[in-house]
Amino acid sequence: MATRVPEKKKIGKQLTLPLSHAFNMSMRSIKIRFGRSIIVTMSIVLGIAFLMSILSSNAFTAGILEKGPENIKITIQQNLEEIRIRQLWLVSLSLIVCVVGIVNAMLMAVTERSREIGTMKCLGALDKFIVELFIIESSMQGFVGSIIGVIFGTLATFFVYVLRYKGLIWHIFPAGLLLKYSLFSILLGVLISVIGAIYPAYVSAKLEPAEAIRREV
Amino acid sequence: MPREAIVRTIGLKKTFLLGKIPLNVLKGIDLEIYRGEYISIMGPSGSGKTTLFNMIGGLDKPTEGKVYIDEVDIAQLDAYELAWLRCRKIGYIFQTFNLIPVMTALENVMLPMIFGGMEMDEAMNKAKELLETVGLGARLHHKPFELSGGQQQRVAIARALANDPAIILADEPTGNLDLKTGKEIIHLLKEMNRNKEVSIITATHDLKMLDVSDRVIWIRDGMIERIEDRENLQIKVGEVEGEEAG
Ligand SMILES: Nc1ncnc2c1ncn2[C@@H]1O[C@H](COP(=O)(O)OP(=O)(O)O)[C@@H](O)[C@H]1O
Ligand SMILES: [Mg+2]
Repeated sequence: MATRVPEKKKIGKQLTLPLSHAFNMSMRSIKIRFGRSIIVTMSIVLGIAFLMSILSSNAFTAGILEKGPENIKITIQQNLEEIRIRQLWLVSLSLIVCVVGIVNAMLMAVTERSREIGTMKCLGALDKFIVELFIIESSMQGFVGSIIGVIFGTLATFFVYVLRYKGLIWHIFPAGLLLKYSLFSILLGVLISVIGAIYPAYVSAKLEPAEAIRREV
Repeated sequence: MPREAIVRTIGLKKTFLLGKIPLNVLKGIDLEIYRGEYISIMGPSGSGKTTLFNMIGGLDKPTEGKVYIDEVDIAQLDAYELAWLRCRKIGYIFQTFNLIPVMTALENVMLPMIFGGMEMDEAMNKAKELLETVGLGARLHHKPFELSGGQQQRVAIARALANDPAIILADEPTGNLDLKTGKEIIHLLKEMNRNKEVSIITATHDLKMLDVSDRVIWIRDGMIERIEDRENLQIKVGEVEGEEAG
């Protein structure tokens, strides 16, 4: 029998999966971990609601300054400088609270799934698939949480202004500005959620699987 | 015909740094495992079995030395090739089962096939078949927490077999199971070893594993103490058990 030169055994390359796989998996993960998802989403809601309540308060003040009756305008204008400073301070504060709260929630949620990430790598998942999974999951949570947060934040401020200014509020209703702030808040909420999730997901995905599985949180 | 070494390690060392103190966990492991073998790696807890497994399975990098899987040096592989190797060449079974908690038994078994690029329908059919083979045909849609330990480990075995790997690495697969369930799992592994011609490497300190093994590798303190063939084993088993009892 002729001796065959043993052919060099080949190792293939793992395929990149279409995004739809990561998408379906993320959706199911959110749904099934519903309790946990709600907790994470709630911290997004809270952060964004706080931010939006301050921003919408800004919007109402601006509306009054633009279209309000003279007597109220004058009281506001007298304290304008003070109000500006206080608003700036509040907006900064709410931004910080919002960022820290969301990043913290995401960090915890992803880090506690380190073993799962390690296991998926054992089964042949590429690092980028894992990162994709968490980007999709966190942006969904960020989106839903931010919308709810915007609604709550705006409503809260609206009631405060209705109590103080009664029917006048409809004359000065700053629809354009509120919309602008809402979009900003939603964008920010999604962005922070994704950033807060990418970092720990990337760290876990980069770990050797043995390390990711070992790491108990 | 020379036997084909499916796994070969040369001078394998692993050192962990605990703070600044180096801990030599593997101190130079040379071994060859042949296609189709059933190998038990025996050793007391802390002797370095899991660490050795992680090196062989490409789940961690050795500090020194080489691992060849099917004659390929796995240190040379890029991320895509390594993922391919983990996906298709090796099946992993863990003491703690490590099923994905949000997925059903069926989905867990499908996962490696999906990562491997298989179509959904095909993956689903194959996963069903595999779960039937391990005796869980009636539990396809149960989540891990709805299954007993033994059942979870069966799912893990089906999952490990998903892409017809050449090697199954089972790290203390019976460690969290009672005696009877443990025996069933061992016999299931042996059956797969015979029927599917997959090499099985299990780490254990469970002596029940001995009588299904082709060879037993004893390790202690990160070194191979001795390697025994099944023929020589028969005599030793009693001896070992005596040792433990004493
Ligand atoms: N990632 C790690 N970092 C530090 N020490 C480790 C790590 N992994 C294992 N060890 C240590 O190495 C030794 C061997 O562990 P292991 O391989 O798990 O043994 P076995 O599986 O035989 O019980 C133990 O002392 C363990 O504490
Ligand atoms: Mg171990």
